[in-house]
Amino acid sequence: MPPILTLEKISKRFGAVVVADNIDLTLLRGEALGIIGPNGAGKTTLFGIVTGTVAPDSGRVMFEGHDVTRMKPEHRCRMGLARSFQIPQPFGGMTVFENLVVAAAFGGGRSEREVYAGCAGLLERCGLADKANRRAASLTLLDRKRLELARALATGPRVLLLDEVAGGLVEHETAALVDLINDVRSTGVSIVWIEHVVHALIAVVDRLVVLHEGALIAEGDPPEVIRRPEVTEIYMGLEELGLEADA
Amino acid sequence: MSDVRVRHASVSSWIGTTIVVLATVALAAAPWWAERADLRLLAEIYAYVALASLWNLLAGYAGLVSVGQQAYVGLGAYVLFGLAMLAGVHPLAAIPIAGFAAALVAVPVAALIFRLRGHYFAIGTWVVAEVFRLLAAQTSALDGGSGTSLPAAVVLSIASSRQMREFTIYWIALAQVVVILFAIVWLLRSRYGLALTAIRDNELGARSNGIDVVRIKYAVYVAVAFGTAMLGALIFLQKIRISPDTAFSVNDWTAFVIFITVIGGIGRIEGPIIGTVIFFLLRQTLADLGAIYLLILGVVAIAVMLWAPKGLWGLVADRFGWQVFPLQRRLVLKKR
Repeated sequence: MPPILTLEKISKRFGAVVVADNIDLTLLRGEALGIIGPNGAGKTTLFGIVTGTVAPDSGRVMFEGHDVTRMKPEHRCRMGLARSFQIPQPFGGMTVFENLVVAAAFGGGRSEREVYAGCAGLLERCGLADKANRRAASLTLLDRKRLELARALATGPRVLLLDEVAGGLVEHETAALVDLINDVRSTGVSIVWIEHVVHALIAVVDRLVVLHEGALIAEGDPPEVIRRPEVTEIYMGLEELGLEADA
Repeated sequence: MSDVRVRHASVSSWIGTTIVVLATVALAAAPWWAERADLRLLAEIYAYVALASLWNLLAGYAGLVSVGQQAYVGLGAYVLFGLAMLAGVHPLAAIPIAGFAAALVAVPVAALIFRLRGHYFAIGTWVVAEVFRLLAAQTSALDGGSGTSLPAAVVLSIASSRQMREFTIYWIALAQVVVILFAIVWLLRSRYGLALTAIRDNELGARSNGIDVVRIKYAVYVAVAFGTAMLGALIFLQKIRISPDTAFSVNDWTAFVIFITVIGGIGRIEGPIIGTVIFFLLRQTLADLGAIYLLILGVVAIAVMLWAPKGLWGLVADRFGWQVFPLQRRLVLKKR
């Protein structure tokens, strides 16, 4: 399979802190890639570099064969790069439905009327149908996370970047989320997913990479990667990772 | 399968729009029921509703906190005086020309000040306004710093009788505010309104969802300059006299406008209307108190900012979900 998204020798530092250290990473078309790593490893910054809200110090971002390194976030979104934020960024004064209409109309480059039905359907799929006309600012954190995911999907992405969408979900909600993401995948969308809830991640992704202090320290088959000594070491023992996986 | 429909109107917007329409009709007939002094006061109120509505679009929606909108009030006024006095253009025809001139000037000005971020942008807008004021003071054809008055011939060209002149200016002032409010409602209901409201709520989110934030801000800045200059032109046509200090007054055309928008409710179309009513109620009842009046204005502004940061209308709208104009897109699902 050809690559859809490639990071080439990406480096970024904030002052003395290195958040991306010469990272090379490729996402294949239709693939689901998981990223794990301790807090501060540079996972979210990597999403910022891919989507254009953070400029790398050096290196290139290639998407669909185009060099998008200097391209503005809104253009990357319209090309099919969508992202959910770890800290939800809703349009608080607008209704939940309007939030999706914005994403579908602008990110998807379509007229407003065209997107109404699709947005309504998406609300249903993401468990927000009964809150369609609520102001987004009045949602609980959990629903805001659902909205993040729904809004990213509304843009009609070819690559979907998910930043910790499973945190705080109870078991059956996590299962529903895994179903939803697998469902999205089956429509041909490539996925990069940052997640601390490892068992949910492993239920979806084909490949797992581990980020630590801005560097990729492991990459490969998910169940095998999380057992590697260098990975268990940074998580202070496999037991803890296992515990989290069973939680 | 469910049938998807989207509705803009709500009960509150039906009531609100009806009240607005009835009020407009009653106010259009004001020359038959109001005193001359009342007409002048009403025209001033319309100008402030319109100025504040435009500033609200700029700062409340597009996030462009300008403290230099007096640049365009003064520019519009000076273009009108210049055209009427030096080029013999009919003063009423000069009003739209003033708008276009300001829009033209706003294009390079925006290119310059959009390079500034946050506080620097605000200061930059003020600097631009000061530069305009100094340029006006150097314009000897319009008597520079001491200012000038419209000659009688120009004033008479509006209408020959004093009463008809006052009525004409009153109706134009009313028409300006109605058109500006209508244009803002239309804008906010359009695709661009969707983008603008998203920018108001979350700029990072807007950019990440495909909205070209800079381009929309640019368009709003130029459009607001266009409207502000037409308002400035009419304000000074009514005053007949102009000087750089009055035309480019930061107090009259920016400080009061910000006060109005903030106490009424920034980022909401109803805010400037409510704010203007409160501002004029305070002014009319407290004007005799002199400096204490300004102190009270300051206290009111601080109190509202502390206890109702979204303004008085924001307080009401958040609580009851009211909207005066049909803006919101409500999803109506009809199960089949």
